[in-house]
Amino acid sequence: MIALGILVFAVVLLLALTLWRRRSPATLRKIDAYDRLNREVGLAVENGTRLHISLGRGNLFTSRGGSALAGLAMLRRIAERTSVSDRPPIVTSGDAALTILSQDTSQSGYRAAGAEEQFRVSAGRMTGLSPFSYAAGTIPIARDENVSATILLGDLGAESALVAEVADRQDSSLIAASDNLPAQTILYASAQDPLIGEELFAAGAYVGAGASHEASLLVQDILRWLIILTILGGAALKFLGIGF
Amino acid sequence: MRVFTAAFAISSGLIVLLGYFFQIPALMQLRLILTDWAIVIAGFAVLIGIFNLIAVQMEKIRTRQKGSVFGAALVLSLIVTFGFGLLLGPEDPFMRLAVDAVIVPVEAALMAILAVTLIYASMRLLRRRVDLMSVLFLTVAVIFLAAIMPTPFGQLLGSQFIIDFAGMFSRGGARGLLLGIALGTLLTGLRVLFAIDRPYGGN
Repeated sequence: MIALGILVFAVVLLLALTLWRRRSPATLRKIDAYDRLNREVGLAVENGTRLHISLGRGNLFTSRGGSALAGLAMLRRIAERTSVSDRPPIVTSGDAALTILSQDTSQSGYRAAGAEEQFRVSAGRMTGLSPFSYAAGTIPIARDENVSATILLGDLGAESALVAEVADRQDSSLIAASDNLPAQTILYASAQDPLIGEELFAAGAYVGAGASHEASLLVQDILRWLIILTILGGAALKFLGIGF
Repeated sequence: MRVFTAAFAISSGLIVLLGYFFQIPALMQLRLILTDWAIVIAGFAVLIGIFNLIAVQMEKIRTRQKGSVFGAALVLSLIVTFGFGLLLGPEDPFMRLAVDAVIVPVEAALMAILAVTLIYASMRLLRRRVDLMSVLFLTVAVIFLAAIMPTPFGQLLGSQFIIDFAGMFSRGGARGLLLGIALGTLLTGLRVLFAIDRPYGGN
């Protein structure tokens, strides 16, 4: 029942704050990686280069699917903004269902920008189903497709280091975030501006995906403070010898 | 059509979610049916994904792009393995050999490259970003590695203390990160559940 209570609380907060945010947009704190991302999206369109967006291997049947869905929300907005580019972004993933969703999401972005005829199904690619086959299939895209920025965002493991290394060798920008702790450690060492923890889920809000994404960040903050207070309260009660 | 897909997605999601909280037989039955459907669709999605992989490589070969030879090798080996897999079954010694003699060594080789890549990335970290956090990150990583390093004389003096002390911070940090990720996943899931985000061909 506690889980259901938290869920209902989160739903009510999300819907209420989304309505509020539609009236008064939020001022988001500065995150260097997302500043770089917005800059790279603009530069790619101007320079005629390509963005490579890799959504990882997040299976939508598991809890890992959350990061993949966050990546798709960001993709939707980037596809809309780059639809006028000569070289549309290439989206890679290591899960078949995610590949289909990435194609669908890209198409939605192009449609919203009134450029659906520019959409190519081949822009959404499945590169491999195991971690290393996924990396091996992604590396040639990061290397050979005139990519100016590589965006790794989703459920990625240690294999992300191989893709990050290629991006570095090609002198292309790397914006990377994962929900996987070992991958976060690796990307902290590999990326110019690392994204840590839940910053991955802020991608939508920072690329202008709408009020609901800003409201999500606010709800996350409220729930985080509640968790902190619960942990501190529990520790204090334990210290006082009060158990329940 | 878009309204129908959104309505179907929302109702399916709600039924599966409520099935976790309320033990009503009809709801649980419906939840199982929907999950079964999802598994079948996911199976077909894998076939579509493989078709996508072949289509992209064939396009590469047709337009003679860089690396098209590798694309041809991939498509050929995929067709041969798939054909033999259908004829012989996955437990056949030949099929086992394809896994044990090709896939396992190749992935092991990539793992070895990964180890070198990580060392190289760590060495370049200070060139890329010179700040307190980077220095702290590298220092702790080196001390931790030294503490868990096997030597001919057993563990180094004080290594257990270092493992426990550094582990205390890393466990706390990891839990904080995981809590943040869990909250992010929850909110992302809710946005999809209520069709605010529609990754299935919606808005």
